[in-house]
This record gives sequence, C-alpha cells and structure tokens, in this order.
Amino acid sequence: METLFQNVVNALQWGSFYALIALGYTLVYGVLQLINFAHGDIFMVGAYIAFFVASFFLGDAVPFDLSRTAVLALTIPLTMILTSCVGVLLERIAYKPLRRKGAHRLYVVITALMCGLILENGNLALLGASRRSLPELIDKTVYTLGGIAVTNLKLWVIFTAVLVFVILQFVVMRTKIGMAMRAVSWDKFALPLMGIPLDTVILFTFILGSGIAGLGGMLFAMSYPVLDPYMGAMVGWKAFIAAVVGGIGDIRGAFIGGFLLAFIEIMVAAFLPSTFRDLFAFTILLAILWWRPTGLFGVPHTTKI
Amino acid sequence: MRKLLVALAMGTLLIGSAAFAVEPIKIGFPIPLTGEIPKVGEGTRFAAEILKDEINAAGGLEVGGVKYPLEFIYEDNESKPESAVNVTMKLIERDEVLALVGPQSSRQAVPAGEVADNSEVPMISPWATNPEVTFDRPWVFRAAFLDPFQAPVAANFAEKQFNAKTAAVLFEVSNDYSKGLADFFKETWEKKHGPGSVVAFESHGPKDQDFSAQITKIIAAKPDFIFLPENYSFVALIVPQARDLGYTGPFMGSDAWGSAELASLCGEPCNGQFFSTHYAAAGAQGATKEFIEKYKARYGYVPDDIAALTWDAVNLVLKAIQDVGEVKPNLEDERAAIRDAMANIKSFEGITGTMSFDEQGDPIKCAVVVRIEKGEFLFTESVCP
Repeated sequence: METLFQNVVNALQWGSFYALIALGYTLVYGVLQLINFAHGDIFMVGAYIAFFVASFFLGDAVPFDLSRTAVLALTIPLTMILTSCVGVLLERIAYKPLRRKGAHRLYVVITALMCGLILENGNLALLGASRRSLPELIDKTVYTLGGIAVTNLKLWVIFTAVLVFVILQFVVMRTKIGMAMRAVSWDKFALPLMGIPLDTVILFTFILGSGIAGLGGMLFAMSYPVLDPYMGAMVGWKAFIAAVVGGIGDIRGAFIGGFLLAFIEIMVAAFLPSTFRDLFAFTILLAILWWRPTGLFGVPHTTKI
Repeated sequence: MRKLLVALAMGTLLIGSAAFAVEPIKIGFPIPLTGEIPKVGEGTRFAAEILKDEINAAGGLEVGGVKYPLEFIYEDNESKPESAVNVTMKLIERDEVLALVGPQSSRQAVPAGEVADNSEVPMISPWATNPEVTFDRPWVFRAAFLDPFQAPVAANFAEKQFNAKTAAVLFEVSNDYSKGLADFFKETWEKKHGPGSVVAFESHGPKDQDFSAQITKIIAAKPDFIFLPENYSFVALIVPQARDLGYTGPFMGSDAWGSAELASLCGEPCNGQFFSTHYAAAGAQGATKEFIEKYKARYGYVPDDIAALTWDAVNLVLKAIQDVGEVKPNLEDERAAIRDAMANIKSFEGITGTMSFDEQGDPIKCAVVVRIEKGEFLFTESVCP
C-alpha cells in the first residue's frame, strides 16, 4: 500500500513535466493547427538558459553576493522571458514566412521538426557535448510521511504545474486576448476583418507556450540535474503523445493527458517488469485513441482551445 | 625557355620531396565524442593526442629503421551502436587505417567488432568489458578486464564492505555492457547467497530520466545495497533520486562510473560510494604517475580510466606495428601482419597494470576498487585473478 502511494507521488511529479510541455503543444496547435515539434527542444533550451542564468548570478560576475533564494527568484522570470524570446524567434524566422506565403500546414510541421534538430545540434556545436548540472537553488529536504518520501522540490513542481494550468485556463477562457486566441482557431481569415491583429495573437501564443516550456525546463533541470542537448527530444515526444491522448488543442486535455501518461508509465514499471514499460504504456495509449480517436477531451472539427 | 626551366626545376623538386616523405601510419578511433558519454570520447582523444605528439616530436614511430609519422583519425560514433558501425566502416574504407582503437563502450564495441573482424582489420577496444566484443573474433582485442571477472570483484567487495546478504540491481536494458554485467552479478550473488538473494532486478531504457518507479520497487524490497552497472550520466540521476525517495543504504558501482565528470554531475550524493575500476589515479607510481602528470599539465584535470586504458591500447598497437619490422606496401598484408604481431604479444607492461593475453585476445589483469571522496577516486583494494 505504501508502495502504491509512493508511486502516486512519483507519477504526480513526473506527470507535472509532461503536463507543462503538453500545455505548450496544445496552445500552439489550438491556435494555429500547427504541431510545433520544436517544442521539446525549446524545453531543453529553457533548461540551459536556467543553467546559465543561475550560474551567472552565483558566479563572480555579479559584484554582490546573492542568497540562493534571491537567485531562484531572479532565475524563474528571466528563464521564462528568455525562453519566450527563443520561441518568438523561431516563430518569426521559421513559421511566419511560410504562413505568409500560404504554405500548407504539412510544410510548417516539417519546418518545426527541422528547427528542433537545429536547436539540438546548434547547442551541441556551441556548448560541446559535456553534460552540465544546474547548481542547487533550494535546500532539498526529504519529508517522510507514513513511509512515503517526498522532497520539497517535488511538491513545488506539482504545485507549479497545477498553478500554470489554472492560470492558462483563466487566460484563455476569461480574458480578451484569450477570446482572440479562440477566435483565431475558429476562423483565421475572418479575424483580421474584425480588426483583431492576427500576428499579435499568434505572437502572444508563442510567448505563453515557450514561457511555460522555459519554466518546465528549469524545474526539470532542478529535479534531474544532468543537462544534455538531447534531453528534450524524448520527453517532448512523449508529452506530444500525452497532448494527443488528452485531445490536442484542449488545455484540460493536455493537463490530464500528461498526468495520465505518467501514471501509466510509473504504474507499469512498478507492478510489471520494468523492461516492458514503454511497450505497455503506449499500448494502453493506443487503446485509448482507438476508443476515442480525437483524444479524451478532443472534439472533431469544432473550436479548439 | 625560362618558363620551361622553372617548370622543370619545380618538377624535380616535387619528385624529390615525394621520395623523402614517408606515408604516415594511420590509426582510426571510432569513439563517442557526443551522445550519452562524451567525456569518454574526450578522454580517449586527449590521451591519444599526448602519445601522438610525443612520438611525432621525436620524428615519428621507428619501424625497421625508418621513422614514420603518426596520423590519428577521430570519428564520432555518437554513443550509438549503428553509428559505431558506420564510422568504423568509414575509417576502414575511406581513411584506410592500419588499425582501430575503440569503440569504448561494449554497446558500440560489440557491433563495431563484428565489422572489423569481417573486414579483417585489427581492432582493440580499450574500455569494453563485455565478453562478446572479442569472443570468436581473431581480429579484435581489448585492454580492459572482462565482466565475468568484474562481477565477482564487485560482489565480493560489497559482501565484505557492507556486510550484505541481499542485493538489488538497476541496469540499462538496451546496453550490452550494463545488461551483461547485471546478469553476471546476479549469477554470482545467487550462487553465494542462494536463489532470491537478489531481491530486485530492475531495468530502464536508454533515454530515461525518471527512475522513481524502479527505485520505489527496490526500496520496498529492502536490499542491503544497490548494484548499479551504469554509465556515469545515469549514476548522476539515479543516486540522487534514490536519496530523495528515502534510500539510505550504500551503492556499489562498476567501471563505467569512473569518468572525470561524475563528481561534478553527481556531487554530494555520490560521496562515499564504491566502484570497481581499472586503475586508481590517487597514489599512482612510476609510469602511471608520469602519464597522470602529463595529462593534468596539458588538460587541467586528472585522467580517468578511459584515458589510461587508451594510452595502453595505443601503445599495444604501436608495439605490434614495430614488431612487424616493416611497413608493407599492401594494406591488407600490413593489417594481417599487425594482427599476428598483436596476437603474439604475451605480456605487456601498461600503466593500468601488467597484462598477459589469453587465446581470445583478452587481457588477464587486476581490478581495483575505489571510493569517491570529494570528487577524487581513492584506492581501496586491489583484486587480481
């Protein structure tokens, strides 16, 4: 029984990362019907940015000594802002020109795949293959409650994922810009006629999605402190699958899908031979899609997001 | 007329210089410069560069009275088995190397060894410990001890040190090295303590980052220690995660832990843990000490076991080339002669210890157990076959 609860906590933590990445996929897809395959690598870039920002503030370049809490407080917004810049840059360089020329969505998806590879290999060329480790920004404490061990960091991760979800749901459903985002997914061509600046809305979507990826990357780097250029690829793919299973384009779907995938993965590894983890996990997901091809929350051909 | 003269003069010069220049001796290194274990590739290249520069500074390698310059070609196998096959082919066919040093990890050395053996090119893997690498392959050699030897070393040491009766194992299922060592360990341990004494035998995939489910399972089985035959990048993830999940017992590692990067990646949680390896840098004497000082002076850190084994492996190849006594004009003949010369080396004084070779091309040598202390690997015990 203890083991079961411990695994629930494990899955909640691991699912938080899937959920944070899946939210970014779903946002961009919801607005542009574009599968932004570079998203997993933006997550990786976020982790590296967090590493450099934190190392900078902890290093000698800063004339005054900062406490680690202050460094953490500075690193979070800076990482999010800088990662957003990377996301926006990709949008401006790679996706917007194609959209302007009226290229088919398929080409934009392929471009996104290439952007992901460019980010990975650019990082490799620029920083070399050595792994990096994020300096510890909070004192890790292990709490044990009735045989269940959890660290304060894990609690923060889970809390952040839920908080991001709530904020995002609010932004999309209750604010003007959120309404504009939903409108873009409804009809991209009628929108400018209504006087809504399409490019601003898309820009905002990318800022939001990449900012969340940056936050996720930073938390990931704090929890799994071995950074390498390919770290975002696999977790990004899986988060994409989670978003699809949840119903891509739907924020609740991405959130639930992320946790669902993590629960399946962890429980399979915990109660069946761990060698078969991915085999079983993805078979279960396939069965879900077979039952509901548009995902748990997805609705065919209506408003997404 | 003057133009013709100049042209003639130039022509004679060119022919003249060509007669004096000797073809360099080319050795290929299919090594992991990127991917999962980049520090391994770096150590290999650094050690080889020191040796090459030393020999070339002295005019080259003397073979049968002629000095040949050395040319080392490094190709990245991306720590992937399929890339290891590709770059090994490339080195053999395009670069026409005389011999191969590498790949380092068994995961790449097993498939690359197949290629080398089929193409009849002598290959020596400095670091691979899985028996499959050289088994039934007359063209493939190695400089490291084997996993069937390493597993009992780790098991015996852990039994004594931790006073252990039960063990748990966590390994990477897609890695020949990790999987092989895990199996040998389980066999050894259960032979000593009876079936079921390995209370948990868990695995993970090559790209995994979260091991909480496996570790939770292991903790629930209450082992006396956890055996981790893993690459250092996984060690740096697994050990802290196990501590976070409330595991307080010891870990026992294998030689893949011994990277110069382990301490900076893993930090505090790895302090005080033990692993079996090929050499201990702290407290080394003689030629080993000399090598460590040269390496440290040039690259700024203490070389890990990979660098030391590479040094020995390259020296073995160079010794074989010298033993042949001449560089034959035909590439195939020369490769065959080098293979025969390597197979004829009975005993070799390396910086990782004295080794003698058996009929499979495997060295018989000692292992050491080291303890991690503030980023240094301190010698604890030496185990000889």
